[in-house]
Formats: sequence, structure tokens, C-alpha cells
Amino acid sequence: MAKPRGFEKPAGVKDYLPHVVAKLRHIEQQVLECMKRWGYEQIMTPTMEYYDTVGVASATSDSKLFKLLNNRGTTLVLRSDMTAPIARVAASLLKDAPLPLRLSYHANVFRAIEEEAGREAEFFQTGVELIGDPTPEADAEVVALAIASLQAAGVSRFKIAIGHVGFLNGLLEEKLSESAEAQRELKAYLLSRDHVGYRERLRSLGLPEQAERELEDILRLRGGQETCRQAKSLSGDPAARAAIDHLCAIWDVLDAYGVTEHVLIDLTMIGDFSYYTGMTFEGYAADLGFPVVSGGRYDNLLAQFGRPSPATGFALKTTRILDLVDGGADESGRGRTLIGYDAAGRAAALAEAGRLRAEGLVAVTAQMSAEEAGALERALQAGGPILHNGAAYERFERFVGSTGKGADGGGKHA
Amino acid sequence: MRDTLMVAMPKGRIYKQASQLFRDAGLPIPDDFDDSRKLIFDVPDAGMSFIMAKPVDVPTYVEYGVADIGVVGKDVLMEENKDVYELLDLGIAKCRMSVIGLPDWKPVIHPRVATKYPNVASQYFRERGQQVEVIKLNGSIELAPLVGLADRIVDMVETGATLRENGLVEMETMFDVTSRLIANRVSYRMKNEAIQALCDRLQQTLQRGARP
Repeated sequence: MAKPRGFEKPAGVKDYLPHVVAKLRHIEQQVLECMKRWGYEQIMTPTMEYYDTVGVASATSDSKLFKLLNNRGTTLVLRSDMTAPIARVAASLLKDAPLPLRLSYHANVFRAIEEEAGREAEFFQTGVELIGDPTPEADAEVVALAIASLQAAGVSRFKIAIGHVGFLNGLLEEKLSESAEAQRELKAYLLSRDHVGYRERLRSLGLPEQAERELEDILRLRGGQETCRQAKSLSGDPAARAAIDHLCAIWDVLDAYGVTEHVLIDLTMIGDFSYYTGMTFEGYAADLGFPVVSGGRYDNLLAQFGRPSPATGFALKTTRILDLVDGGADESGRGRTLIGYDAAGRAAALAEAGRLRAEGLVAVTAQMSAEEAGALERALQAGGPILHNGAAYERFERFVGSTGKGADGGGKHA
Repeated sequence: MRDTLMVAMPKGRIYKQASQLFRDAGLPIPDDFDDSRKLIFDVPDAGMSFIMAKPVDVPTYVEYGVADIGVVGKDVLMEENKDVYELLDLGIAKCRMSVIGLPDWKPVIHPRVATKYPNVASQYFRERGQQVEVIKLNGSIELAPLVGLADRIVDMVETGATLRENGLVEMETMFDVTSRLIANRVSYRMKNEAIQALCDRLQQTLQRGARP
């Protein structure tokens, strides 16, 4: 590639200008505060981890990890999510902490970008992990908290789709017990969202008519509580039954939370089988083409760090929510005071600025001439906006020339 | 959120067949769209809007969610590898992706394959343990073996007439191609009912058609 020009930055990373940062911080604070009220304590972990520990354990495929070498030649990764680092901490520094652990985070994570749209190389995630509780209550708690977090962030129209990896595994094992290969292929079609390929492969198997119809009907297993009942009638396999019972129990808890209007059950939604072990879910917001939340149960991860323990959690794609919600930016100058001074008024001006800042107000000081101060005063009296060097202010105070702080109290009126 | 269903349609050859299929399914799509130069059509009676896109761009509009659903050939889906739901085989615009060459083709030391589908071609030959140089062309692919740019080409074959006229032969059929109904990941959930209803109507129409 040609030598980059001065303004360029690597593909997939972003600058955040002040008005966007204001919005991002606002969302982050609202969401973290919400998580705190549910008893989740915030944790921070390093940006870099060892490839052989967190890198290998993470759900991110190898080709999407950013890898680098340290000065000893050991491979490091930039964290691709917060779940694996938190599992490492839960199994080491917090190994004696009683379970369940409730931890929250807000962090930038890194993924090597690829063709997939909407992917950024660095983006922010805000999320939680609930470690040590295998029950449907725990799964429902994280789903309900995901809903509360989206609401706290200001997202109004959204849906959460819940599935369970155990249902499909069990159903396929029951109907296609003699062909592991066909099971694997059908799951691959569902994972790549190719329903046409799924139906074609299914028809090519020559199954009894009823089994074929049942396996085709799972493509329609989407909806509310009735979906659970339909699914129950489809399979007698114990694993599939257990999965459906678990989902139904989650639904009942969500019903008690009073949030089922936001939830739908989708048994075709399957996450990465090598990672998720139970319930999985995704959140979708109106007017945004990509999911804003993803989560699920990952009971095998902590064992890789030496503390086998069930765990469930979710991550909010905070950077994507930025495009969805208003607020944050305020360019009217409200609450901002400009203090103009010259050499004679400097000490008084800086003292006044200190007083305003102690009150929690914004004060900007600027050395200026008597003419400049006069022009600003006239603008204030005319009721016009006070602009100085391109920035807007609500108030102007003058510490310039013999007038000192100004006969009328320095135009402190707003 | 817009409540109309935004549909990305491929301009050109597939459009006529796709719009006819939609009409057969009872959707009130006026047929004068077929020859218009407009890019966006509203069909308020059906609660739908249609955007007219270059076929290869349809999956992009759908992946980013500016269109909820779209109609696109399997060839484009295979080449573009976008993260969308592939809901239904519409059975229209039938053709096949094939490896094509001159009748007297013999293996060469440095094989070169010209195609409009470099990803599809690379993957196909890699899976067969052959390392080939893939040359991306944008049209008149048949020219490549005739003038010696490549020893074989990978392209769509509908009737084979163009191949015969140019003295080329189909060496292998890679896969059959038809148009598919695709959906955005979020729309598939947020507009579940509208999309499922459309899917069901199209599926019924297709089954009626398949039973002459």
C-alpha cells in the first residue's frame, strides 16, 4: 500500500469528536449505572492478553484476532471481547470470591475486520457476566438486564430473540442419530442463515415424511410462549426436552419481570456451538441493520482457566447504539461562562473562574482588549449569542480596564 | 421505524421474472415499473417499497438494512458472501455456474482462470486441490480463452448458445443457480410477520406453479 497521508488512519478504527464523546459517555454512564443497580460491579482488564490463554479461549475465530509479539517473542492478542478476560480473572484473582459473581464492564475491543458489514476493528462494548449460577433465573436475569440496559441507553424500539443450542442438537440427534455428518451440515446451514440450503439438504436425506416435515417446521419456530409448546411436541429427545423446559422456565421468569413484550423465542437462532452451551440471545433495534446485543450461556469457558463454573452474560454494542439515540451534544453554550481579562484584572478574573468551577459550572478565561470586551458586552445586551473564537457562551464577565468587574456586575445576567 | 417493507430488486433480466412472480402471488405491483428508469417505487397497497439495484449490489443493501428483503441470484450470494438470511428459492432465472474451455483443452503448467466470480472460482479450485491464477474480468468472459488470456473460464451458462457460437465447451457444471429471497438479520426479527407472510404467499405460488 502507498505511504499513508497525514489524515489517514488504519481501516476500521475511528476518532470520536467532542460531541460524539459526550453522547458515548452519556450512554455508557446510563448503562453502567443501570447495571450497578442490579448489583453488578465494574471490572477493568488489560487491553493485551496472551494468545495461548485468553486468545485461544475467546469466541473470536483465530483469523479475526489482532496478534502481536512481545520482546520475548510470545504471541499476544488485543482483547476481542471481555468475556474471556473476565473468566481468567474469575478463575484466578477472584478464585476465592463466593459465587455467584456479578461483574460489569465497558471497554474497547478489537477484531480484525473482514467483508462482513458493520464490523469495526475497534469498538466499545458494555456488558455483564453472571458467573456461578446455572439456573433459568440467572439466564432470565441477564436477558431482563439487557432489556433494562437498552432502555437506559435510550433505545426505544427493540426485540430480543432467545434460542437454545440444546434444542437443535437434541432434535437432530433424535431424527438423524446415524448420521453425524448430516447433523453437522444442517447445523452449518442454519448457522450461515441459509434456509434454502437447509431445506435442500434435508430433502436429500430421504427421511420418513413426518421427520422431514418436523425438521422443516423448525424454520417456523419463532414467536412467543406458544413456540415453546410447539417445540415440545416436536421432539421426545431428553436433551431437546431439557432445553425447551429451560427456555420455558426463562420465559416464565421474564414474564414475572414484565418484559415479555420485547422478547421472542427463535429456535433457529443458533450461536457458535463450540462456545455457547445453552440459552443464546440477540437484540435488534428498529432502524439499525445489525444486532445491538448478543449474549448467552457459556458453561465450558471457566473450566479452561481452571475453575469450572456455569456462566451467562451479554454485551451491548455501545458504538452501534450511538447512531440510534439522540442527546449528548449541546452546542448552544448553555451553562458556559466566558471571563475576559487584562493584566490588571487577571487575579480577580482567575479567582472568579475558580469560584464558578467550584460550583460545577464551565468557565473559560481569555485575555482580551477593552475593545473586544466592549463588543462582547454589546452583543450580550443586544440579546445576541456570545461567540468567542468560535465557541458559544451563555454569560460574559469582564475584568478588563479601569471598569474592573464592570459597574453593572459584569453582565452576569444571562 | 418505517413500517413499509423495503424490497431490493435486481434491475434487468431477473426483474421481469421476479415482479411477475410477485404479481402471481397477489401483490399489486403495476407492470409499468418494468420499463421505467425510476429507482424507487412505492406500492402503498402492499405496504411495500421497491428499490431497483444492480443485481450484484442487492445483498449489500440488504446486509446494511436499508432494504429489509431482496431478490438476488445464488451466483451473487456465493460470490459476495454477505451475512443475510437466505429464505426461499424462487426458482426463477435458472442457469448454472460452469467451468468452460476450448474443446482441445489440456492441463497447463500455470493454469489461469478468467471470471466475473473470483471468490467462487478460487474456492472451487482450491477445494479440488488445484492452484490456479484467477483473473477478474467484468464482461465478455468468453473472450479470454479465445485470445489466450486464460485457459479456462468460470461463468454462468443459461442455454449454452453463446458458448457454442464461440466454439467453447462446458467442461464441468459447478452448481445450479436460481434467484433467492434474502432478508436482513434485524428485519427478519423486527418485521417477522410481514416477511413470513410474504414468504408463505410466494411459497404457495411456487408450489402451485410446480404442479401443472
